[in-house]
Amino acid sequence: MNTALDIVLKHPAVWRGKRQTCTHENGMDENRIASGFAGLDEQLPGGGWPRGALTEIMLPQPGIGELRLILPALRQLNRDKKWIALIAPPYIPYAPAWQAMGLDLSRVLWIHPRDHIDQLWAVEQALQSGTCGAVLSWQTTSPGFERLRRLQLAAESSHCWGVLFRPMADADESSPAAVRVRLTAKERTLDVHFLKRRGAWGGEAVQLPLPLFTVVK
Amino acid sequence: MLWLCLNFPQLPLELHARAEPISSPWAIIEGKGARKTILQCNDAAAELGIRPGMTPGAAYALAHNLQLRSRDETAERQALESLADWAGQYTSFVSLRSPNALLLEVAGSLRLFKGMAPLLDRIPRQTAELGYATRIGVAPTPLAAWLLARTQIPNIPPKTIMEINQLPATLRELPLELLDLEPKQIKTLHGLGLKRLGELLRLPRAGLARRFSPGLVDYLDRLLGNSPDPLEAYTPPPRFVRQLWLPAETNDREALLFPARRLLLELTGFLDARQAGTQWLHWRLIHHNHHHHRPATHVTLGLAAPNRDPEHLLALLRERLSRVTLEHAVEGIGLSVTNIRPLRPRTLSLDTSLNSDLDGNRHSDMADWPRLVERLRARLGDEAVRGFQPHPDHRPELAWKTSSPGAGVRDPGNARRPLWLLPKPVALSWRDGTPWLDGRLAIESGPERIESGWWDEGDVARDYFIASDAAHGCYWIYRERYDTRRWFLHGLFA
Repeated sequence: MNTALDIVLKHPAVWRGKRQTCTHENGMDENRIASGFAGLDEQLPGGGWPRGALTEIMLPQPGIGELRLILPALRQLNRDKKWIALIAPPYIPYAPAWQAMGLDLSRVLWIHPRDHIDQLWAVEQALQSGTCGAVLSWQTTSPGFERLRRLQLAAESSHCWGVLFRPMADADESSPAAVRVRLTAKERTLDVHFLKRRGAWGGEAVQLPLPLFTVVK
Repeated sequence: MLWLCLNFPQLPLELHARAEPISSPWAIIEGKGARKTILQCNDAAAELGIRPGMTPGAAYALAHNLQLRSRDETAERQALESLADWAGQYTSFVSLRSPNALLLEVAGSLRLFKGMAPLLDRIPRQTAELGYATRIGVAPTPLAAWLLARTQIPNIPPKTIMEINQLPATLRELPLELLDLEPKQIKTLHGLGLKRLGELLRLPRAGLARRFSPGLVDYLDRLLGNSPDPLEAYTPPPRFVRQLWLPAETNDREALLFPARRLLLELTGFLDARQAGTQWLHWRLIHHNHHHHRPATHVTLGLAAPNRDPEHLLALLRERLSRVTLEHAVEGIGLSVTNIRPLRPRTLSLDTSLNSDLDGNRHSDMADWPRLVERLRARLGDEAVRGFQPHPDHRPELAWKTSSPGAGVRDPGNARRPLWLLPKPVALSWRDGTPWLDGRLAIESGPERIESGWWDEGDVARDYFIASDAAHGCYWIYRERYDTRRWFLHGLFA
């Protein structure tokens, strides 16, 4: 199965009109990051969050489990000695909780730009630097398609996972991101609705169990 | 011993045009009063027919817009010393040959740089980037290297003589007037019918010594390596301080980057010679100061780790300058570096993108995190790019602190805390028997009692609860135990 074609088809930039299923045993390869949720990996193209691409997460409001959703993947990147950049988060990232969730805070950057322009500049710098495994940015205003395309290219150039948290109102905009999801919370579960998946159709949803606390040793 | 001579024939002219290339005709004059003559001129002036040796009057007749500047020998000496600092990256022995040449002992450097050819390719390219044209000669004696450099023809590869016994045969054809002899001596030799070095060398030494001063024989011995020619080593200063004057005042920040880059290239050579980098660069933007006292604008760049990469340092300056308000026009730019820190040595490679650590590892992107931090800080400010850490304090708002990026502490953290903390607790209203935030909050668990005692100001006495709203957002809220017994929102579980 290790033909050149397979390698090409597993690349997140390659769109196939048919869902790809995960064929990897260890859960990690260079084009994706296992999400830590088996149900979600099944639905994500290539079997995990895409590296070298943007992922957009539409939120009705902060605090519904959006960080717990991506923390297993961040932890994995962190263990591989990759940096994580938090750009313009809405609140203070509370160190005792992040540390307890198993993140190595000596490889996490907290960046707060003065305005929207500086924020997009910082996201692009962090994405293309090659230092970061993941760049998380909280967008209050829409960057617009052209700007998103630049960010997507920056992510591709350095194999970085770019995560943009955006308000629900931006869900209808067109976007070059590889994955776009919308989140809704239920009691201790999180519904992930796929608006777009490169390599598969959108429209499906997956319900994930999401405990409030996870202690990671 | 193998000597590489770097001759900078246009030094008096070029040192004035380093901050910005000058396209209009201009020239350097030397001499006093009515005996002033043109020493050197730029291409624009040469195209109009202006030549060295002309009087200023004759030159003005050819180009009415010609600009003249007096020769500045002090500045030439400083420029030559700066070049010696820079050349320290190639050898541990540099000697100044006034007024416009350097001698580098390079026998030991050949192995590091993988032979002579890469050196001869790299050095003139770098001096051109610094703003100086150079002529090069390589020979086993300093005098021969100097002769070869002085006679290098532009655009022809420099002449190199590697073995001392090849010297007489190779130098044989040189005209006598190129040797460092007094004009009187040359005239006498010409009178004897001697034109070339080879003819002079065929004469018996004893006769030469008698007829001319012993100086001539001594010179020939040193030239050919028959007697030693000790040179004085240049001792570099412990600090790097330079400035460049712009040809005209400017308010354009982009125009400052050209001279800044030249200063950084000099700095790179200076630091390279010490296998060092720096963490602090002090830039001075010098304002016109004739009528009013206008202090220079200082721009200090701090780095997360020692560095000497000129392109990275220039990118940082560019970002930082975009945030600087220039109150007045700038007429000069200065750079001083006193913080000189050892840099982990890497195996030298001519292609900087292939630099690797001593243990052979390719210099990885992950080790380059200080670059990202510095770039971001240059534009956003130091305070905008930080790390964060748990802090041992049981008052929740003090149980964390910001830190330098890359710093870490051993602390298990606290799993029962929210991932987001509000900068300041927000008062909640109380309706229908529950706390209220755009809707009722249902309490899911609690209380967790958190109190501080008189020893740490005793300002916290709270009962914390976990609560959720209709959209299943999870909140960390508390109720004050005394006074008003009000409810506050303090964090989000996210």
